[in-house]
This record gives sequence, structure tokens and C-alpha cells, in this order.
Amino acid sequence: MSAVLKHRLFWPVAALLVLLLSNLIFTPGFFNIEVRQSHLYGSLVDILRLSAPLLLVALGMTLVIATGGIDLSVGSVMAVSGALACLYIVHQPDQGAPGTIIVACLLGIAIALVLGLWNGFLVSVIGLQPIIATLILMVAGRGLAQLITEGQIITVNSPGYRFLSAGYWLTFPFAVILAAVVVALTVVLTRRTALGMLVESVGGNPRASRLAGVSSRTLIWGVYVFTGLCAGIAGLMATANVSSADGNNTGYLIELNAILAVVIGGTSLAGGRFSIAGTVVGALLIQTLDTTIYTTGIPAQTTQLFKAIVVIAICLIQSPAFRAKLRRRPAAPVAPAPAAPSKAEVSL
Amino acid sequence: MEQSRPILVMRGVGKRFPGVVALRDVDFRLFPGEVHALMGENGAGKSTLIKVLTGVYSIDDGSVEMAGEPVLFGGPAQAQQAGVSTVYQEINLCTNLSVAENIYIGREPRRLGLIDFRRMRADAGDLLRSLGIRVDPGSPLAAHSIAVQQMVAIARAVDISAQVLILDEPTSSLDAGEVEQLFRVVRQLKEKGLAIVFVTHFLDQVYAIADRITVLRNGSLVGEFRTADLPQRDLVEKMIGQELSTLESLDQQKPALREVEAGRPLIEADDLGRSGAIAPFNLTIHEGEVVGLAGLLGSGRSELARLLFGADRSDSGHLKVDGKNVSLRGPRTAMGQNIAYLSENRRADGLVEELSVRENIILALQASRGWTRPVPRKKQDELVGRYVKALHIRPSDPEIPVRNLSGGNQQKVLLARWLITEPRLLILDEPTRGIDIGAKAEIQKLVVELADGGMAVLFISAELEEVLRLSHKIAVLRDRVVVAQLANTEDVDADRIMTTIATGVTA
Repeated sequence: MSAVLKHRLFWPVAALLVLLLSNLIFTPGFFNIEVRQSHLYGSLVDILRLSAPLLLVALGMTLVIATGGIDLSVGSVMAVSGALACLYIVHQPDQGAPGTIIVACLLGIAIALVLGLWNGFLVSVIGLQPIIATLILMVAGRGLAQLITEGQIITVNSPGYRFLSAGYWLTFPFAVILAAVVVALTVVLTRRTALGMLVESVGGNPRASRLAGVSSRTLIWGVYVFTGLCAGIAGLMATANVSSADGNNTGYLIELNAILAVVIGGTSLAGGRFSIAGTVVGALLIQTLDTTIYTTGIPAQTTQLFKAIVVIAICLIQSPAFRAKLRRRPAAPVAPAPAAPSKAEVSL
Repeated sequence: MEQSRPILVMRGVGKRFPGVVALRDVDFRLFPGEVHALMGENGAGKSTLIKVLTGVYSIDDGSVEMAGEPVLFGGPAQAQQAGVSTVYQEINLCTNLSVAENIYIGREPRRLGLIDFRRMRADAGDLLRSLGIRVDPGSPLAAHSIAVQQMVAIARAVDISAQVLILDEPTSSLDAGEVEQLFRVVRQLKEKGLAIVFVTHFLDQVYAIADRITVLRNGSLVGEFRTADLPQRDLVEKMIGQELSTLESLDQQKPALREVEAGRPLIEADDLGRSGAIAPFNLTIHEGEVVGLAGLLGSGRSELARLLFGADRSDSGHLKVDGKNVSLRGPRTAMGQNIAYLSENRRADGLVEELSVRENIILALQASRGWTRPVPRKKQDELVGRYVKALHIRPSDPEIPVRNLSGGNQQKVLLARWLITEPRLLILDEPTRGIDIGAKAEIQKLVVELADGGMAVLFISAELEEVLRLSHKIAVLRDRVVVAQLANTEDVDADRIMTTIATGVTA
């Protein structure tokens, strides 16, 4: 039992379970899952499906944060990639043709990779602080997305594109499968090669890593490109979900949710050890919270505040320091006061 | 001076940290109107003593008296109020504010509740003039050199409280002219009757300004001396000490007498240098040879090593490996030449503390292979297991975080990291500092074995006994210059090397 309690994923998973269970109060059939026309249906399936973009973004963010960096531009990259894909589709005679959709997706991913290269260049070659370097693209990316959509909302009429988010494959939502595949590939890429360890080493102690011969520049550049890729795919999903690209709103503030998911998952913002499993739990937790807020009928104007309170509670309960404080509270007063002059007289 | 009463007396001061005794029964006294140098190698306890005095650390044993009254400060602010001010090596002023604002920050002269800038500038001007510092008080601090900033910090400290002034390595980033400027101010303060504690590594500066010297070594008091009575050579000896008895397990015989096969020259540095770090030097290291670097802290030992490893780029001279010119663009290129560097600062430059022992050991080998070619887990376990056993790393579980190991075991982990890369030149920068005697002896024995196996070793240590015991050849550094290279023959001993360090001339 104590081994379970000590596992670093215990508290995030516990919080997720509590949140899921609390839904039973408002939605009696919350845990029902049924197969209709060989498609899985149910609230849990919806949570999985809707969490896919956040999960992808948080996945990239995990590696960036593990190197001791941060990427604020992911939401903007999503908007740019989605906008470019939608722009291409609406200019084709047959918006639903598979070729059209594939080219659109490749375009979206390509521009996301370019933007990731740009972030990585600023951080690893120029040496800008990550928060500043990516803040540039966070702001400029919105402008770029607006430029692509010419300030309009581009609406596509393409069932094939919508499939990316709402489609089903082998009874599972396609978005969930796609996200799961990307997560699995990332786990293999980081844990079956030396990538994960080298990233953790650079994030844990950059100076020591350099002296041990780790090529941190390439590594850091690489993780920003990877984050760009993840955000690009997420951008396609997000625009596919609503069949339209909105330069202003696609992926708006998702960077904050992604950072939160990473932190809840137990990866330190200071860099070093990262946990992809933790990030998955974190992303699911945040999506569950969003869904819960909608289903409980909390007034729209208070949802943000409610969410903030729950998030603070989750973060506090996970913090070993906070838990220790809670336990110690009833006991003796903490922190001995600095020695007073009287003590000097005693010791003389 | 002797006849006056001391302003400050510390008696029997002791300070323990978990696992370490930082200070043991140290006495220290300070008289008004004197400059008192506090000397000792790294880890001797100088800064701990200062921190105990100013209340940064609580005191475990002993007492502090100021002007005959027992005192115990709760922190630097309290100490300052009582008249003890400290100026640190890293200046903690706000460079974006003006000189006057820096002097009066937190205690600005006010008029009708608002800051009276005119009076502030006038007061600052008076204060600076009285100390002979010619600076416009209205100018931004950032516009001035480090030396001037240092003097502004001193002016501020003196203005707040003027009884005891502690200067913690104030000169380490100053050039000769700036040091002289600073010393003029210090002499003025001394004449005004201030008691000044001067912490430094620079011998010449001590003899230029200090009246008295207190030497610490390994947390203990070596003694208090009048500068005039203590020749430089003796001071060096007292700082470095002689630990003859501690390593009896090791063969006392000099390895030079082990008859080195005159191996081929592996590394040849030809006027290699880097301005501001180390003056151009020549050094040849042969296969199977242990070359020792002797010199005080800050004499350029690590700087020399970093050039050979490509950690810093040289800006003069050439480096040859196997007779071929190579240009080391970074640690990776050096590792490509089979050069390994165990850095001096274990925590900052060596360990990745949250990673496991295994990961820390495998890091350099893995880095040299690149991320796409992971060392297979089986191979990792085998290599790590072999070195954990060979170096007696405890605890022997390679999966625990390396931060949970003791200093000596951490050092062995770093040694293992480099040994598995099978280097031809192994640079060891203070490999035995801060670790227990047992681990120390093991590491020394290992060096001998490695050299016997044909590896070239550059061995850097502040402990002369150790350098003498292990090295075939000794290069002596002083003030960032290689002043001598001696074959470690019968007639070379600690005395001779200390004299060379102290005077810069081979005895």
C-alpha cells in the first residue's frame, strides 16, 4: 500500500478518479459506455476525444519543460497550422477528396515544423530565454494566422477533414487513436533511445551535461521542433472539430492548460526528470474538469474561477511540502526562532 | 595596536553541518585600526566563520564578543546595526540606480515624506570625498568599473555602521591598478580606526595591506600571526598543511622512482593560453605519465585543464595530440581525442543530481555515441556493475539518485563516468577534495594503476603531499602563470614547491 501511496502518479490519478466520481452526482449515467452503430459512445469517450489536442500539446510541452525551457507559442502554432490547412481545403474544387485532405494536413504540419524550428533557433542558437523567445511567436503567430484567414473565420465543408476529430475507426474515435499513437511513438523515441536521458541530463544540469559531451544545442533545438509538430497536429484536430479555422480562437490559452497538465503530471518546471504518463493523466484531469464544469451547470461567468480553485486544490494536495505542513500543523510550532541575545549569555 | 582593546573577539567557535564539521574551536580577534587577513584554502572555513559572525549561520559552540559585550546576531541586518558590515565579492548593489541612491537605499533622506534627492546627492558626495573616491554621485552605478562599484559598496557599509568592515574577496575580479585604488580607500578607513577583515587568496595583496593574518585549515585555527613575522613561504605551508600521516596505506615511495617507460608524447601544448585565464604555457604529457599541477586556488590550475579539454577555447598557441595539431572546439571534440576531464566542482559541473547512479556513469559514453545509438541496457548494467564494484561505490544499487550518495562516492561515480569512455588522457581536477580519507586513498591508488596501464593523467590538487606522491612531473602555477616544471626526483619536496609557489622562482 505504501508503495502505491509513494508512487509519483498516485496523487494525480487519485485526483482524476475523485473528479470522475463526483460527476456521478450530477450525471447518473456518467460511466455508461455503449456501442451504437459500432461507435463507442459515452461521457468518458467524449472526455478522451476532446482531450486529444490538449494531450498532444502537453506532450511536446513535457519535453520542452524537461530541458528547462517552456513554449508559450503552442496555441498560436495550432491556429496557424489549422488556418493553413483550412485555407487550402476551401480553395479546392472537391473539399472532401482524400488527396485534398492529405495535402492540407501536410501543409499544416509543415508550417508547424517551420515555426518549431524558429523557436528552437531563438532558444538554442541565439540564446534567448525560452519564455521570451516563444512569447514572440505567441503574439506573432496569432497575427500570422489572422493573415492567413484574412481576419475571417474560414469554414470548410469537408466530412473527411472533420473525420480527424469526430471520426471513428475500429469503433474508437480517430482523434483518440491518433493521440495515443503519437504518445506511444514519443515514449518509444525517448525511452528506447537515449533521447529521454540526455534531455533529462540537459534539463537537470546544463553545465555538467556540456562537460560530459552532450550536444545540448541540437537536443534543445529538436524538442522545440517536436513541440511544433505536436501543436501542428493539435491545430488540425481543433479546426476539424468545428470544421472552421479562427485565427483568434483556435488553441486560445491552451499553452496554460498544457503547462498545467505537465506540472500536475509531476514534471518539474525547473527541468530534469519528465513523465509522459504523468502528462497524460494531467491532460485527462484538465479535460475532465472542463467537462465536469459544463455538466454541473455552473454559471458560465464563474467557470474560470471555479476551475482555478479546483486546480489550486489539486496542486496543493500533490505537493509533498504542503501535505507535510498539514500533518505537522497540530504539532509543535515550526521553525525555531533565531537565537536571541539571551542564548548568548547562557553559552558564556 | 596591541595595547588597545580588541573590538571583536570570537572564542572557541564551532559550527557543524550534517556530516561535516565546518569549524572546530576557532579563535579570532580583531583590533580597531588594523587590517586583518583571513587566509586558508577552499573549505578551510573562512566564509563559514564570516557567516557565523554576521548571523547568517547560527553558532553551535563558542562565543562572540563585541567591545567586551557578548553578542549573537540574528542575521546580517542585525550585525550591520551593531556595526559589523560585510562587502561581498559579488556586489549586491543595484547597478541601474545612481551611486547616491545605492548608498542611501532603504534609508533615504526625506523631506515632507518624499525622498530628498538633492540632499542625498550632497551627502553622498561628502561621504565619497571623505574616502577619496572621486565619482559623480548622480551617475548610474552601471557606468563605473567593478572596482568603483566595490568602493561604493564599501562607502555604503561604512556610512551605515563604522566599527568592523568585512571584505570578502573584494579583489578577485580587479586588475592591479584597481586593487591599488581599493587599497587606498582601505588604508584611509584603517586610519579612521576601523577594524577591517580582509578575506582573500592573493598572497601579494595580503603582504601589501594586512597587519595581521589568521590562518584556517580544514575548519581549525592554524594560528594568528603578525604579517611582518610570517614569510610568504611559511604562510603557504600553514595554509596547505602537511598530512603525512593520513595516507599510510599508500606506498610512500615516489612514483618517479617507479621508472617510467619513456612513453610517446601524447599531448603537447605549445604556447597554449587564454587571456584573462592562463598565460601561454608549454606542457608535454607522455603516455603512462602522471603530471601534477601545484598552485594555490585561483592560480590557474582549472583554467589550464579546461583548455586541454576544450571546455574553454584557447586564444593563443597550439595543441598537439599524437604529434598532430588539433583544435578543440568543445568538450565533444576533446572526447573524440580520448581526453576526459573530471571537473573541480562536483555539483555544478559534474553530477546531474536527480539522475540515477547508472545514468550518471553512462552519460559521457552515451553522449559521445549520440542519442540514436543507446548503450544497450544489458551493456549498461554490466559496465556500471563492473565499475561500482571496482571503485567500491556505496550503496551499490545503481538505480538510486546520485544525490543520495556521499561526496566520496559521488566522486567515484564521476570517475567511473570517464573511465568507461576509455580515455588516453585523464584530467583530474581536485579529485580528492572534500571526500573522506578512505575514498581519497582509493582514488590515489587508482591513479597509479591507470598510469601503469599506459594512461596519461593530469593530476590537480591543492595538497602538495598528494601531488608529490603521485606525479612523475610537477608543473607549478602562480598567478595564472606556469612558473616552473620539475621532474619529481628525490630532491624535490614540499618545501621546494612551496618556495616556488611563494616566490615564483625555482629553488
